[in-house]
Amino acid sequence: MGEKHIIYMDHSATTPTRRDVLDAMIPYYTEHFGNPSSIYGIARESKVAIDTARAQVAKALGAEPDEIYFTSGGSESDNWAIKGIAYANRKKGNHIITSKIEHHAVIHTFEYLEREGFTVTYLPVDKYGLVDPAELEKAITDKTILVSIMYANNEIGTIEPIPELAAIAKKHKVYFHSDAVQTIGNVPIDVNAQGIDLLSLSAHKFYGPKGIGVLYIRKGVKIDNLIHGGGQERRRRAGTENIAGIVGLGKAIELATADIEGHNRKIRAMTDRLRTGILATIPNAYLNGHPEKRLPGNINISFEFIEGESMLLWLDDEGICASTGSACTSGSLEPSHVLLATGLPVEISHGSLRLTLGDSNTDADVDFVLEALPKIVLRLREMSPLYTKKEGGCNVQ
Amino acid sequence: MYSDKVMDHFKNPRNVGEMEDANGVGEVGNPVCGDIMKIFLKIRDNVVTDAKFKTFGCGAAIASSSMATELVRGKTLEEAWEVSNKAVAEALEGLPPIKMHCSVLAEEGIHKAINDYRKKQGLPEWEEKNPHSHDEHEEGLTCQH
Repeated sequence: MGEKHIIYMDHSATTPTRRDVLDAMIPYYTEHFGNPSSIYGIARESKVAIDTARAQVAKALGAEPDEIYFTSGGSESDNWAIKGIAYANRKKGNHIITSKIEHHAVIHTFEYLEREGFTVTYLPVDKYGLVDPAELEKAITDKTILVSIMYANNEIGTIEPIPELAAIAKKHKVYFHSDAVQTIGNVPIDVNAQGIDLLSLSAHKFYGPKGIGVLYIRKGVKIDNLIHGGGQERRRRAGTENIAGIVGLGKAIELATADIEGHNRKIRAMTDRLRTGILATIPNAYLNGHPEKRLPGNINISFEFIEGESMLLWLDDEGICASTGSACTSGSLEPSHVLLATGLPVEISHGSLRLTLGDSNTDADVDFVLEALPKIVLRLREMSPLYTKKEGGCNVQ
Repeated sequence: MYSDKVMDHFKNPRNVGEMEDANGVGEVGNPVCGDIMKIFLKIRDNVVTDAKFKTFGCGAAIASSSMATELVRGKTLEEAWEVSNKAVAEALEGLPPIKMHCSVLAEEGIHKAINDYRKKQGLPEWEEKNPHSHDEHEEGLTCQH
Protein backbone atom coordinates (compact mmCIF):
# COMPACT_ATOMS: atom_id res chain seq x y z
CA MET A 1 0.00 0.00 0.00
CA GLY A 2 2.97 2.34 0.56
CA GLU A 3 2.62 5.78 2.08
CA LYS A 4 -0.84 6.44 0.70
CA HIS A 5 -2.67 9.42 2.15
CA ILE A 6 -5.60 8.16 4.21
CA ILE A 7 -8.85 10.07 4.22
CA TYR A 8 -10.69 8.93 7.31
CA MET A 9 -14.44 9.48 7.02
CA ASP A 10 -15.67 6.93 9.54
CA HIS A 11 -15.71 8.99 12.73
CA SER A 12 -19.01 7.42 13.83
CA ALA A 13 -17.20 4.07 14.00
CA THR A 14 -14.38 5.44 16.09
CA THR A 15 -12.05 8.43 16.36
CA PRO A 16 -8.31 8.64 16.92
CA THR A 17 -7.29 9.46 20.48
CA ARG A 18 -6.12 13.08 20.60
CA ARG A 19 -2.46 13.58 21.35
CA ASP A 20 -3.16 15.80 24.38
CA VAL A 21 -5.60 13.20 25.70
CA LEU A 22 -3.02 10.45 25.30
CA ASP A 23 -0.37 12.61 27.00
CA ALA A 24 -2.68 13.07 29.98
CA MET A 25 -3.20 9.31 30.18
CA ILE A 26 0.39 8.06 29.99
CA PRO A 27 1.45 8.90 33.58
CA TYR A 28 -1.40 6.72 34.84
CA TYR A 29 0.16 3.70 33.16
CA THR A 30 3.65 4.56 34.45
CA GLU A 31 4.29 6.48 37.69
CA HIS A 32 0.67 6.80 38.93
CA PHE A 33 -0.25 3.16 38.37
CA GLY A 34 -1.51 2.58 41.92
CA ASN A 35 -4.80 0.84 42.60
CA PRO A 36 -7.10 3.57 43.90
CA SER A 37 -8.48 1.15 46.49
CA SER A 38 -5.07 1.05 48.23
CA ILE A 39 -4.08 3.62 50.84
CA TYR A 40 -0.49 4.58 50.01
CA GLY A 41 0.57 7.75 48.23
CA ILE A 42 0.64 6.63 44.59
CA ALA A 43 -2.82 5.13 45.01
CA ARG A 44 -4.14 8.43 46.29
CA GLU A 45 -2.89 10.02 43.07
CA SER A 46 -5.13 7.62 41.14
CA LYS A 47 -8.09 8.42 43.34
CA VAL A 48 -7.67 12.15 42.77
CA ALA A 49 -7.39 11.61 39.01
CA ILE A 50 -10.66 9.67 38.95
CA ASP A 51 -12.42 12.38 40.97
CA THR A 52 -11.18 15.02 38.54
CA ALA A 53 -12.42 13.05 35.53
CA ARG A 54 -15.77 12.44 37.21
CA ALA A 55 -16.16 16.17 37.73
CA GLN A 56 -15.25 16.82 34.08
CA VAL A 57 -17.95 14.41 32.89
CA ALA A 58 -20.53 15.80 35.30
CA LYS A 59 -19.87 19.31 34.03
CA ALA A 60 -20.24 18.23 30.39
CA LEU A 61 -23.63 16.63 31.10
CA GLY A 62 -24.97 19.15 33.60
CA ALA A 63 -24.99 16.41 36.23
CA GLU A 64 -23.53 15.89 39.70
CA PRO A 65 -20.23 14.00 40.01
CA ASP A 66 -21.83 11.30 42.15
CA GLU A 67 -24.25 10.52 39.30
CA ILE A 68 -21.36 9.51 36.99
CA TYR A 69 -20.29 5.83 36.82
CA PHE A 70 -17.36 4.66 34.73
CA THR A 71 -17.87 1.52 32.64
CA SER A 72 -15.98 -0.32 29.91
CA GLY A 73 -17.83 1.54 27.14
CA GLY A 74 -21.12 2.19 25.41
CA SER A 75 -22.23 -1.43 25.23
CA GLU A 76 -21.76 -2.02 28.95
CA SER A 77 -23.51 1.25 29.79
CA ASP A 78 -26.50 0.31 27.62
CA ASN A 79 -26.66 -3.20 29.08
CA TRP A 80 -26.42 -1.90 32.62
CA ALA A 81 -29.05 0.80 32.15
CA ILE A 82 -31.58 -1.50 30.50
CA LYS A 83 -31.11 -4.72 32.46
CA GLY A 84 -30.49 -2.83 35.70
CA ILE A 85 -33.76 -0.87 35.44
CA ALA A 86 -35.74 -3.86 34.17
CA TYR A 87 -34.71 -6.18 37.01
CA ALA A 88 -34.87 -3.58 39.79
CA ASN A 89 -38.40 -2.47 38.84
CA ARG A 90 -39.93 -5.75 37.78
CA LYS A 91 -42.45 -5.66 40.60
CA LYS A 92 -43.86 -2.41 39.26
CA GLY A 93 -44.26 -3.75 35.73
CA ASN A 94 -42.70 -5.78 32.96
CA HIS A 95 -43.19 -3.48 29.97
CA ILE A 96 -40.19 -1.73 28.40
CA ILE A 97 -40.07 0.51 25.32
CA THR A 98 -37.38 1.28 22.78
CA SER A 99 -37.19 2.12 19.06
CA LYS A 100 -36.54 0.06 15.96
CA ILE A 101 -33.38 1.98 15.06
CA GLU A 102 -31.33 1.56 18.23
CA HIS A 103 -27.74 0.38 18.26
CA HIS A 104 -27.39 -3.39 18.67
CA ALA A 105 -26.19 -2.89 22.25
CA VAL A 106 -29.71 -1.66 23.02
CA ILE A 107 -31.80 -3.76 20.59
CA HIS A 108 -30.16 -7.06 21.50
CA THR A 109 -30.47 -6.28 25.21
CA PHE A 110 -34.19 -5.67 24.78
CA GLU A 111 -34.49 -8.91 22.80
CA TYR A 112 -32.72 -10.73 25.62
CA LEU A 113 -35.17 -9.29 28.17
CA GLU A 114 -38.05 -10.27 25.89
CA ARG A 115 -36.85 -13.87 26.13
CA GLU A 116 -36.63 -13.38 29.91
CA GLY A 117 -40.34 -12.60 30.02
CA PHE A 118 -40.49 -8.82 29.64
CA THR A 119 -42.89 -7.27 27.14
CA VAL A 120 -41.17 -4.97 24.67
CA THR A 121 -42.54 -2.28 22.38
CA TYR A 122 -40.24 -1.34 19.50
CA LEU A 123 -41.42 2.08 18.36
CA PRO A 124 -41.45 2.69 14.61
CA VAL A 125 -39.76 5.66 12.98
CA ASP A 126 -40.76 7.86 10.06
CA LYS A 127 -38.89 7.96 6.75
CA TYR A 128 -36.29 10.26 8.33
CA GLY A 129 -35.70 7.94 11.27
CA LEU A 130 -37.59 10.13 13.78
CA VAL A 131 -39.51 8.62 16.68
CA ASP A 132 -42.92 10.27 17.03
CA PRO A 133 -43.59 11.43 20.63
CA ALA A 134 -47.30 10.68 20.09
CA GLU A 135 -46.38 7.03 19.39
CA LEU A 136 -44.47 6.89 22.66
CA GLU A 137 -47.42 8.38 24.55
CA LYS A 138 -49.70 5.70 23.05
CA ALA A 139 -47.32 2.87 23.89
CA ILE A 140 -46.91 3.65 27.60
CA THR A 141 -49.09 1.55 29.92
CA ASP A 142 -49.29 1.33 33.71
CA LYS A 143 -46.85 -1.60 33.43
CA THR A 144 -44.16 0.43 31.64
CA ILE A 145 -40.94 0.84 33.62
CA LEU A 146 -38.40 2.04 31.05
CA VAL A 147 -38.15 3.99 27.81
CA SER A 148 -34.81 3.88 25.98
CA ILE A 149 -34.37 6.03 22.86
CA MET A 150 -31.02 6.89 21.32
CA TYR A 151 -30.07 10.57 21.18
CA ALA A 152 -28.75 10.40 17.63
CA ASN A 153 -28.58 7.48 15.25
CA ASN A 154 -25.16 6.08 14.41
CA GLU A 155 -26.01 5.14 10.83
CA ILE A 156 -28.22 7.87 9.44
CA GLY A 157 -27.33 10.61 11.93
CA THR A 158 -30.93 11.56 12.76
CA ILE A 159 -31.21 13.44 16.06
CA GLU A 160 -34.27 12.35 18.04
CA PRO A 161 -36.57 14.78 19.88
CA ILE A 162 -35.16 13.68 23.25
CA PRO A 163 -36.52 16.47 25.49
CA GLU A 164 -40.07 15.84 24.19
CA LEU A 165 -39.78 12.07 24.52
CA ALA A 166 -38.26 12.33 28.00
CA ALA A 167 -41.04 14.67 29.11
CA ILE A 168 -43.65 12.08 28.14
CA ALA A 169 -41.82 9.38 30.10
CA LYS A 170 -41.57 11.68 33.09
CA LYS A 171 -45.28 12.52 32.94
CA HIS A 172 -46.02 8.80 33.29
CA LYS A 173 -43.30 8.33 35.94
CA VAL A 174 -41.30 6.01 33.68
CA TYR A 175 -37.50 6.03 33.65
CA PHE A 176 -35.95 7.49 30.49
CA HIS A 177 -32.60 6.23 29.18
CA SER A 178 -30.76 7.58 26.16
CA ASP A 179 -27.82 6.07 24.32
CA ALA A 180 -25.90 9.28 23.59
CA VAL A 181 -22.80 7.57 22.27
CA GLN A 182 -22.89 9.47 18.95
CA THR A 183 -23.94 12.76 20.46
CA ILE A 184 -21.13 13.93 22.77
CA GLY A 185 -19.42 16.95 21.26
CA ASN A 186 -22.13 17.27 18.59
CA VAL A 187 -25.23 18.17 20.60
CA PRO A 188 -25.12 20.05 23.93
CA ILE A 189 -26.32 17.76 26.70
CA ASP A 190 -28.04 18.87 29.90
CA VAL A 191 -29.56 15.87 31.63
CA ASN A 192 -31.78 18.03 33.85
CA ALA A 193 -33.07 20.41 31.20
CA GLN A 194 -33.58 17.47 28.80
CA GLY A 195 -35.19 15.19 31.41
CA ILE A 196 -32.81 12.25 31.00
CA ASP A 197 -32.60 9.73 33.87
CA LEU A 198 -29.86 7.52 32.44
CA LEU A 199 -27.40 8.26 29.66
CA SER A 200 -24.69 6.14 28.00
CA LEU A 201 -21.53 7.48 26.42
CA SER A 202 -18.23 6.11 25.15
CA ALA A 203 -14.89 7.93 25.00
CA HIS A 204 -13.60 6.64 21.67
CA LYS A 205 -16.39 8.41 19.80
CA PHE A 206 -15.09 11.82 20.89
CA TYR A 207 -11.32 11.48 20.45
CA GLY A 208 -10.78 9.61 23.70
CA PRO A 209 -9.50 6.06 24.23
CA LYS A 210 -11.38 2.81 23.58
CA GLY A 211 -12.56 0.59 26.42
CA ILE A 212 -13.94 3.34 28.64
CA GLY A 213 -17.42 4.77 28.94
CA VAL A 214 -19.91 6.25 31.35
CA LEU A 215 -23.39 5.57 32.56
CA TYR A 216 -25.03 8.63 34.05
CA ILE A 217 -27.61 7.58 36.64
CA ARG A 218 -29.83 10.28 38.10
CA LYS A 219 -29.81 10.31 41.90
CA GLY A 220 -32.66 8.22 43.31
CA VAL A 221 -33.11 5.98 40.25
CA LYS A 222 -33.75 2.39 41.28
CA ILE A 223 -31.30 0.20 39.37
CA ASP A 224 -29.61 -3.17 39.91
CA ASN A 225 -25.90 -3.71 39.42
CA LEU A 226 -24.67 -5.43 36.28
CA ILE A 227 -21.04 -6.17 37.20
CA HIS A 228 -20.84 -7.72 40.65
CA GLY A 229 -17.65 -7.87 42.71
CA GLY A 230 -15.61 -5.30 44.62
CA GLY A 231 -16.88 -2.02 45.99
CA GLN A 232 -15.67 0.29 43.24
CA GLU A 233 -17.82 3.12 41.85
CA ARG A 234 -19.67 3.52 45.16
CA ARG A 235 -20.56 -0.19 45.16
CA ARG A 236 -22.37 0.13 41.88
CA ARG A 237 -19.83 -1.18 39.35
CA ALA A 238 -17.16 -3.65 40.41
CA GLY A 239 -13.70 -3.97 38.89
CA THR A 240 -10.41 -2.14 39.37
CA GLU A 241 -10.76 1.21 37.67
CA ASN A 242 -9.27 1.79 34.21
CA ILE A 243 -7.54 4.86 35.56
CA ALA A 244 -5.71 5.95 32.41
CA GLY A 245 -8.91 5.42 30.42
CA ILE A 246 -10.93 7.41 32.93
CA VAL A 247 -8.39 10.25 32.83
CA GLY A 248 -8.50 10.16 29.01
CA LEU A 249 -12.30 10.19 28.96
CA GLY A 250 -12.40 13.16 31.34
CA LYS A 251 -9.93 15.15 29.29
CA ALA A 252 -11.60 14.18 26.00
CA ILE A 253 -15.11 15.15 27.09
CA GLU A 254 -13.84 18.48 28.41
CA LEU A 255 -12.21 19.24 25.06
CA ALA A 256 -15.14 17.91 22.99
CA THR A 257 -17.71 20.02 24.81
CA ALA A 258 -15.67 23.23 25.18
CA ASP A 259 -16.98 24.74 21.92
CA ILE A 260 -19.63 22.50 20.39
CA GLU A 261 -21.04 25.29 18.25
CA GLY A 262 -17.68 26.22 16.74
CA HIS A 263 -16.80 22.58 16.12
CA ASN A 264 -20.15 21.94 14.45
CA ARG A 265 -19.84 24.99 12.21
CA LYS A 266 -16.52 23.73 10.87
CA ILE A 267 -17.62 20.12 10.39
CA ARG A 268 -21.02 21.00 8.98
CA ALA A 269 -19.52 23.27 6.32
CA MET A 270 -17.44 20.36 4.98
CA THR A 271 -20.27 17.84 5.33
CA ASP A 272 -22.79 20.07 3.53
CA ARG A 273 -20.43 20.66 0.62
CA LEU A 274 -19.69 16.95 0.29
CA ARG A 275 -23.35 15.95 0.54
CA THR A 276 -24.53 18.57 -1.97
CA GLY A 277 -21.69 17.68 -4.32
CA ILE A 278 -22.43 13.95 -4.27
CA LEU A 279 -26.16 14.41 -4.81
CA ALA A 280 -25.53 16.90 -7.63
CA THR A 281 -23.05 14.75 -9.56
CA ILE A 282 -24.40 11.22 -9.06
CA PRO A 283 -27.90 10.40 -10.37
CA ASN A 284 -30.17 7.90 -8.61
CA ALA A 285 -28.69 8.75 -5.22
CA TYR A 286 -30.82 9.42 -2.16
CA LEU A 287 -30.00 10.91 1.23
CA ASN A 288 -30.93 8.73 4.20
CA GLY A 289 -31.91 10.34 7.50
CA HIS A 290 -33.34 13.77 8.19
CA PRO A 291 -32.18 16.62 5.92
CA GLU A 292 -31.52 18.99 8.85
CA LYS A 293 -32.00 17.20 12.17
CA ARG A 294 -28.83 15.18 11.86
CA LEU A 295 -25.33 14.89 13.31
CA PRO A 296 -23.07 17.57 11.79
CA GLY A 297 -20.58 15.07 10.33
CA ASN A 298 -22.98 12.41 9.03
CA ILE A 299 -23.74 11.70 5.40
CA ASN A 300 -25.67 8.54 4.49
CA ILE A 301 -26.57 8.13 0.85
CA SER A 302 -28.00 5.18 -1.06
CA PHE A 303 -26.90 4.61 -4.62
CA GLU A 304 -29.26 2.59 -6.77
CA PHE A 305 -28.08 -0.45 -8.79
CA ILE A 306 -24.90 -1.10 -6.79
CA GLU A 307 -23.88 -2.80 -3.57
CA GLY A 308 -22.12 -1.11 -0.66
CA GLU A 309 -19.21 -3.43 0.03
CA SER A 310 -17.85 -3.16 -3.49
CA MET A 311 -18.05 0.63 -3.10
CA LEU A 312 -16.07 0.43 0.15
CA LEU A 313 -13.39 -1.73 -1.46
CA TRP A 314 -12.86 0.79 -4.23
CA LEU A 315 -12.93 3.71 -1.78
CA ASP A 316 -10.34 1.89 0.32
CA ASP A 317 -8.25 1.53 -2.81
CA GLU A 318 -8.28 5.34 -2.99
CA GLY A 319 -7.38 5.59 0.70
CA ILE A 320 -10.90 6.60 1.76
CA CYS A 321 -12.31 4.92 4.89
CA ALA A 322 -16.11 4.72 4.98
CA SER A 323 -18.87 2.27 5.89
CA THR A 324 -22.11 0.85 4.53
CA GLY A 325 -25.46 -0.53 5.64
CA SER A 326 -25.17 -3.39 3.18
CA ALA A 327 -25.56 -6.91 4.52
CA CYS A 328 -22.35 -7.91 2.85
CA THR A 329 -20.17 -6.30 5.49
CA SER A 330 -22.24 -7.11 8.55
CA GLY A 331 -21.58 -10.82 8.93
CA SER A 332 -25.26 -11.52 8.32
CA LEU A 333 -27.22 -11.35 5.12
CA GLU A 334 -29.72 -8.76 6.21
CA PRO A 335 -29.05 -5.13 5.43
CA SER A 336 -29.15 -2.41 8.08
CA HIS A 337 -32.17 -2.62 10.40
CA VAL A 338 -32.06 1.17 10.61
CA LEU A 339 -32.45 1.74 6.87
CA LEU A 340 -35.19 -0.89 6.69
CA ALA A 341 -37.03 0.78 9.60
CA THR A 342 -37.11 4.04 7.63
CA GLY A 343 -38.96 2.18 4.89
CA LEU A 344 -36.06 2.08 2.44
CA PRO A 345 -36.45 -0.88 0.05
CA VAL A 346 -34.04 -3.72 0.83
CA GLU A 347 -32.28 -3.58 -2.53
CA ILE A 348 -31.53 0.12 -2.08
CA SER A 349 -30.36 -0.45 1.49
CA HIS A 350 -27.59 -2.65 0.07
CA GLY A 351 -26.26 0.35 -1.83
CA SER A 352 -25.88 2.70 1.11
CA LEU A 353 -22.70 4.56 1.95
CA ARG A 354 -21.98 6.28 5.26
CA LEU A 355 -19.35 9.00 5.40
CA THR A 356 -18.83 10.52 8.86
CA LEU A 357 -16.58 13.54 9.00
CA GLY A 358 -14.60 14.73 11.97
CA ASP A 359 -11.68 16.77 13.21
CA SER A 360 -9.12 15.12 10.96
CA ASN A 361 -10.89 16.09 7.72
CA THR A 362 -10.05 19.05 5.51
CA ASP A 363 -11.58 20.79 2.50
CA ALA A 364 -9.02 18.94 0.38
CA ASP A 365 -10.47 15.63 1.64
CA VAL A 366 -13.92 16.72 0.51
CA ASP A 367 -12.54 17.61 -2.94
CA PHE A 368 -10.80 14.25 -3.18
CA VAL A 369 -13.93 12.26 -2.35
CA LEU A 370 -16.02 14.36 -4.73
CA GLU A 371 -13.51 13.48 -7.45
CA ALA A 372 -13.23 9.76 -6.65
CA LEU A 373 -16.74 8.69 -5.70
CA PRO A 374 -18.66 9.42 -8.94
CA LYS A 375 -16.13 7.31 -10.89
CA ILE A 376 -16.44 4.42 -8.47
CA VAL A 377 -20.24 4.49 -8.57
CA LEU A 378 -20.22 4.62 -12.38
CA ARG A 379 -17.68 1.80 -12.68
CA LEU A 380 -19.84 -0.47 -10.52
CA ARG A 381 -23.04 0.56 -12.22
CA GLU A 382 -21.57 -0.28 -15.60
CA MET A 383 -21.08 -3.87 -14.50
CA SER A 384 -24.47 -4.09 -12.77
CA PRO A 385 -27.26 -5.98 -14.55
CA LEU A 386 -29.74 -3.65 -12.82
CA TYR A 387 -28.38 -0.62 -14.59
CA THR A 388 -28.73 0.08 -18.26
CA LYS A 389 -27.44 3.23 -19.75
CA LYS A 390 -29.86 5.07 -21.93
CA GLU A 391 -29.15 8.31 -23.67
CA GLY A 392 -29.07 10.87 -20.90
CA GLY A 393 -30.14 8.56 -18.14
CA CYS A 394 -30.68 5.09 -16.92
CA ASN A 395 -33.45 2.80 -15.88
CA VAL A 396 -34.11 -0.42 -14.08
CA GLN A 397 -34.44 -3.36 -16.43
CA MET B 1 -10.41 -10.21 4.45
CA TYR B 2 -10.03 -11.15 0.76
CA SER B 3 -7.15 -12.99 -0.92
CA ASP B 4 -4.98 -11.16 -3.44
CA LYS B 5 -6.60 -13.23 -6.16
CA VAL B 6 -10.10 -12.09 -5.15
CA MET B 7 -8.94 -8.48 -5.07
CA ASP B 8 -7.31 -8.89 -8.48
CA HIS B 9 -10.51 -10.26 -10.03
CA PHE B 10 -12.59 -7.62 -8.23
CA LYS B 11 -10.45 -4.72 -9.37
CA ASN B 12 -9.69 -6.06 -12.84
CA PRO B 13 -12.71 -8.20 -13.61
CA ARG B 14 -12.28 -10.41 -16.66
CA ASN B 15 -15.07 -10.76 -19.22
CA VAL B 16 -17.31 -8.05 -17.84
CA GLY B 17 -20.11 -6.79 -20.05
CA GLU B 18 -23.09 -7.86 -22.10
CA MET B 19 -22.88 -10.18 -25.10
CA GLU B 20 -25.10 -9.36 -28.06
CA ASP B 21 -24.89 -12.79 -29.68
CA ALA B 22 -24.95 -15.00 -26.58
CA ASN B 23 -26.87 -18.22 -27.12
CA GLY B 24 -27.01 -19.16 -23.42
CA VAL B 25 -27.97 -16.63 -20.75
CA GLY B 26 -28.54 -17.25 -17.05
CA GLU B 27 -29.55 -14.77 -14.37
CA VAL B 28 -29.45 -15.81 -10.70
CA GLY B 29 -29.78 -14.08 -7.33
CA ASN B 30 -32.08 -11.42 -6.06
CA PRO B 31 -31.59 -7.70 -5.44
CA VAL B 32 -33.15 -8.16 -2.01
CA CYS B 33 -30.25 -10.44 -1.10
CA GLY B 34 -27.70 -7.98 -2.41
CA ASP B 35 -26.41 -9.99 -5.36
CA ILE B 36 -27.49 -10.72 -8.91
CA MET B 37 -25.33 -12.37 -11.57
CA LYS B 38 -26.10 -12.49 -15.24
CA ILE B 39 -23.94 -14.92 -17.23
CA PHE B 40 -23.69 -14.80 -21.05
CA LEU B 41 -22.26 -17.77 -22.96
CA LYS B 42 -21.45 -18.23 -26.62
CA ILE B 43 -21.48 -21.92 -27.44
CA ARG B 44 -20.30 -23.36 -30.73
CA ASP B 45 -19.90 -27.08 -31.54
CA ASN B 46 -20.56 -27.95 -27.87
CA VAL B 47 -17.70 -25.67 -26.72
CA VAL B 48 -17.95 -22.44 -24.71
CA THR B 49 -16.14 -20.05 -27.03
CA ASP B 50 -16.91 -16.91 -25.04
CA ALA B 51 -18.28 -16.04 -21.61
CA LYS B 52 -19.23 -12.69 -20.11
CA PHE B 53 -21.03 -11.43 -17.02
CA LYS B 54 -22.75 -8.54 -15.33
CA THR B 55 -23.00 -8.56 -11.56
CA PHE B 56 -24.65 -6.49 -8.84
CA GLY B 57 -23.00 -7.48 -5.59
CA CYS B 58 -20.10 -7.40 -3.20
CA GLY B 59 -16.42 -7.88 -3.96
CA ALA B 60 -16.68 -11.66 -3.69
CA ALA B 61 -19.68 -11.76 -6.05
CA ILE B 62 -17.86 -9.76 -8.71
CA ALA B 63 -14.65 -11.80 -8.33
CA SER B 64 -16.60 -15.09 -8.44
CA SER B 65 -18.36 -14.06 -11.66
CA SER B 66 -15.06 -13.06 -13.21
CA MET B 67 -13.35 -16.32 -12.22
CA ALA B 68 -16.29 -18.52 -13.24
CA THR B 69 -16.37 -17.01 -16.73
CA GLU B 70 -12.60 -17.54 -17.00
CA LEU B 71 -12.93 -21.18 -15.93
CA VAL B 72 -15.63 -22.12 -18.43
CA ARG B 73 -14.05 -20.51 -21.48
CA GLY B 74 -12.80 -23.09 -23.97
CA LYS B 75 -14.45 -25.97 -22.13
CA THR B 76 -16.98 -28.40 -23.56
CA LEU B 77 -20.47 -28.05 -22.17
CA GLU B 78 -19.95 -31.19 -20.10
CA GLU B 79 -16.73 -29.83 -18.63
CA ALA B 80 -18.23 -26.38 -18.03
CA TRP B 81 -21.16 -27.97 -16.19
CA GLU B 82 -18.65 -29.63 -13.83
CA VAL B 83 -17.10 -26.30 -12.76
CA SER B 84 -18.25 -26.28 -9.15
CA ASN B 85 -18.53 -23.47 -6.66
CA LYS B 86 -15.59 -25.05 -4.83
CA ALA B 87 -13.51 -24.87 -8.00
CA VAL B 88 -14.36 -21.17 -8.33
CA ALA B 89 -13.51 -20.52 -4.67
CA GLU B 90 -10.25 -22.49 -4.93
CA ALA B 91 -9.21 -20.67 -8.06
CA LEU B 92 -9.75 -17.45 -6.12
CA GLU B 93 -7.43 -18.77 -3.37
CA GLY B 94 -10.35 -19.05 -1.00
CA LEU B 95 -13.36 -16.99 0.04
CA PRO B 96 -14.42 -16.06 3.58
CA PRO B 97 -17.08 -18.56 4.84
CA ILE B 98 -19.80 -15.89 4.79
CA LYS B 99 -18.99 -15.25 1.11
CA MET B 100 -19.09 -18.86 -0.10
CA HIS B 101 -22.63 -18.29 -1.36
CA CYS B 102 -21.16 -15.95 -3.99
CA SER B 103 -19.29 -18.86 -5.56
CA VAL B 104 -22.49 -20.93 -5.37
CA LEU B 105 -24.26 -18.18 -7.25
CA ALA B 106 -21.57 -18.27 -9.95
CA GLU B 107 -21.97 -22.03 -10.39
CA GLU B 108 -25.74 -21.65 -10.57
CA GLY B 109 -25.41 -18.85 -13.11
CA ILE B 110 -23.25 -21.01 -15.38
CA HIS B 111 -25.70 -23.92 -15.04
CA LYS B 112 -28.64 -21.70 -15.84
CA ALA B 113 -26.90 -20.31 -18.94
CA ILE B 114 -26.00 -23.82 -20.14
CA ASN B 115 -29.57 -25.02 -19.68
CA ASP B 116 -30.87 -21.93 -21.45
CA TYR B 117 -28.71 -22.95 -24.41
CA ARG B 118 -29.82 -26.60 -24.25
CA LYS B 119 -33.45 -25.56 -24.11
CA LYS B 120 -33.04 -23.35 -27.17
CA GLN B 121 -31.41 -26.29 -28.98
CA GLY B 122 -34.34 -28.53 -28.10
CA LEU B 123 -32.12 -30.60 -25.82
CA PRO B 124 -33.22 -31.83 -22.41
CA GLU B 125 -32.05 -29.61 -19.56
CA TRP B 126 -29.46 -31.08 -17.22
CA GLU B 127 -30.38 -31.55 -13.61
CA GLU B 128 -28.39 -30.14 -10.73
CA LYS B 129 -26.56 -33.08 -9.16
CA ASN B 130 -26.35 -31.43 -5.76
CA PRO B 131 -29.00 -28.78 -5.80
CA HIS B 132 -27.94 -26.05 -3.42
CA SER B 133 -30.56 -25.48 -0.83
CA HIS B 134 -31.60 -21.87 -0.61
CA ASP B 135 -31.70 -21.62 3.12
CA GLU B 136 -28.74 -23.63 4.24
CA HIS B 137 -25.17 -24.17 3.17
CA GLU B 138 -22.34 -26.09 4.67
CA GLU B 139 -20.00 -23.18 4.79
CA GLY B 140 -22.09 -20.09 4.91
CA LEU B 141 -25.42 -18.46 4.85
CA THR B 142 -27.58 -17.78 1.89
CA CYS B 143 -30.24 -15.22 1.48
CA GLN B 144 -33.69 -16.55 2.23
CA HIS B 145 -35.60 -14.23 -0.06
